[in-house]
Amino acid sequence: MSSRALRQPVSLRLTSNIFLALWCLIAAFPIFWIVVMSFKSPVDAFDSNALNVIFGPATLGVGKGLSLLDIILGIAVIWGTILAATKPLPSMVKSYSKPGQEWFGWLAGVVVLLVGFLLVFFVILPVVLNVLNPLFGPLGRDILGLTTEHYKTVWIDRGFSNNFKNSLIVTTGVVTVSLTVGTLAGYGLARSGSTLAFWILIVALVFRALPHSVLVAGYLPVFINSAEWLAPILGENAPTLYGKPFAVIAVLVAINQPFTIWMLRSFFQNIPAELDEAARVDGCSHFQAFRRVIMPVMWPGVITTGLFSFLLAYNDFLVTALLLDAQNQTMVPAIVGMFNRETTTTDQVVAVAAAVSITAPLIFLVLIFQRQIVSGLTAGAVKG
Amino acid sequence: MNFRTFATFVGPSVFMMLLFIAFPLVSVFKQSFYITQPIYETVETETCTPGFLTQTCVTEQVSQPKLDDDGKIITRTDFVGLQSYRNVLEPERAWRAISDGNWNVLSTINFWKALRFTLTFTLITLPLVVVCGLGIAILINNAARSIRGPVIFVSLLPFIITPVIGVLSINWLFRGDGILTAMMEWWLNRDIALFAQAWTIEVLMMLYRVWHVAPFAAIIFYAGLQTVNQDSLESAVIDGATRWQRLKYIVIPHLMPLIIFVSMIHLMDSYRVFEEIVGFSSQGYVISLQWLTFDYLTPDQAGNRSISRASANSMLTMIGVVILLIFPLRRTWRDHKGGH
Repeated sequence: MSSRALRQPVSLRLTSNIFLALWCLIAAFPIFWIVVMSFKSPVDAFDSNALNVIFGPATLGVGKGLSLLDIILGIAVIWGTILAATKPLPSMVKSYSKPGQEWFGWLAGVVVLLVGFLLVFFVILPVVLNVLNPLFGPLGRDILGLTTEHYKTVWIDRGFSNNFKNSLIVTTGVVTVSLTVGTLAGYGLARSGSTLAFWILIVALVFRALPHSVLVAGYLPVFINSAEWLAPILGENAPTLYGKPFAVIAVLVAINQPFTIWMLRSFFQNIPAELDEAARVDGCSHFQAFRRVIMPVMWPGVITTGLFSFLLAYNDFLVTALLLDAQNQTMVPAIVGMFNRETTTTDQVVAVAAAVSITAPLIFLVLIFQRQIVSGLTAGAVKG
Repeated sequence: MNFRTFATFVGPSVFMMLLFIAFPLVSVFKQSFYITQPIYETVETETCTPGFLTQTCVTEQVSQPKLDDDGKIITRTDFVGLQSYRNVLEPERAWRAISDGNWNVLSTINFWKALRFTLTFTLITLPLVVVCGLGIAILINNAARSIRGPVIFVSLLPFIITPVIGVLSINWLFRGDGILTAMMEWWLNRDIALFAQAWTIEVLMMLYRVWHVAPFAAIIFYAGLQTVNQDSLESAVIDGATRWQRLKYIVIPHLMPLIIFVSMIHLMDSYRVFEEIVGFSSQGYVISLQWLTFDYLTPDQAGNRSISRASANSMLTMIGVVILLIFPLRRTWRDHKGGH
């Protein structure tokens, strides 16, 4: 854009930016809106007047709200946390942690910051505000209806924390296993130009296009009857695979495998083959070269692929809904259950709060790993 | 790299794919020709009610599932040939409907209804996604460098959100007197019920899908836009090309491989349309092929799953996948041969 010939007239730039703002509004609005709804009493949340939803008069009516002072101080605390996370935190991590162990420093720093934020925001701030609000007259009067009771209902009364735990088990399992298996395969495929490697990739591409329900139709009878056909091998305590998180982990890893090996392969191809040749000349075996020379420079690619594995496992509805029973249910099917079963508006708002709870980690994920996600998306595409 | 090392590296992954993808496929294929059902036996039962002088007794024939010693229902698996396919496709009824030109009857058969929606959905969203993605990419590319990061962050949100939750969040905006429905009602000055007929639901589903996938397309096109040759753009300006001509003759040909890539991914994904049906709970009006399999696999009120019908439906869905993939695979094969 530096060239003068390509400079754009002001009117065009203005239109372009207006449309961009419009797109950002469309992109963020539904998500913003469910966040707003989740904090209101049912009457407000499903009001047909948008302003009523935002200011929540009915929520205010039951005495739950925020004053101008609350809002200002709350924003100040959040802003302070963001500033602390972006400026002093990286430099402190750099200066205090030993070289090579920076990840540990980061972990400690983030945990400290998070605990500090939660302490200030949820413990100290309410106490301080309780004292300050009456002193400030009109500034201290509640103007914005806001209640957190739906979150309490979801997490405490409805046992959503149990679903959360199951989601955690499934996603951790899927990410770990699929990265371990996937990096090995991706490396092998990237370094071998044989026809066999080509065919494996093509078959993987075909597998990528399969509807997942087709596969689940294959698993269900086998999993339900697994106690019978596993009995000859495992004896009396042969497990029924249906309803077991580890069976779902295996299934999701396999479903994700085609995508994982394609993506990791394209990352491995970016690493020059001379690097492992040099290691081989120095007397490393293929596996040693992979572990000591290639893996240390592969971390960005592995993290990116891990993110996408995480998303697949976290977002999955079909496989987990069909293969897990009620006790081991993960979050997404649980929300769909809430949404379909309940009819009163209170229950609907509870479902909204659950939906927001499940979306919040994803938003943080994008905040932290935006660059990796973008590079992952483009790595697959640019390499074909 | 010799074969042995290659096998050690690739082995675990290939093993998992064989065990959890290839094997289920074969078993689904086999299941679609068999039916497993409980064995029923006809039992003569005598029920007596107390009456005056003598009891009134009624003997009737009741058919009930046979139980084994543990009290479990005995099931039997029979080879039924193409019966399950016939149950899913209902060829006679479908054929009669087609020859009568009566499309309403055809849409009462689940499979054809699902097929129609899946295809319309795939074909209508495809151009929308490509065009919106390209538009957003160009807009981001036009924006000042400092705001690109935040804009990309916001754009990624619809893409990253759990699909079911994304659908629900759109659903909550429109359901009943949701704020957007209320806004449209106020604007058009008439009552609107978006969830009372099929076509409005379909439009909402397509809108959701474009909202969800356009960011993905946009990011990829944006990356492609970074590598457009600035010199040829500049010489085009000097030759008097308008903006539109530059877009048409330089930028789009440069992005063509990416457009094909995005279209391929989108075709594969939107052919599997499923979450939309769940999130809008539209099964009464609109269903898709994958949802149909899901429905057959979900236990009904008696706790039975129609595995065999689900398998037949899956195999029929697969035909679509194969057709979808023939062209790109042929191209890759040709590239591979040319490359060596």
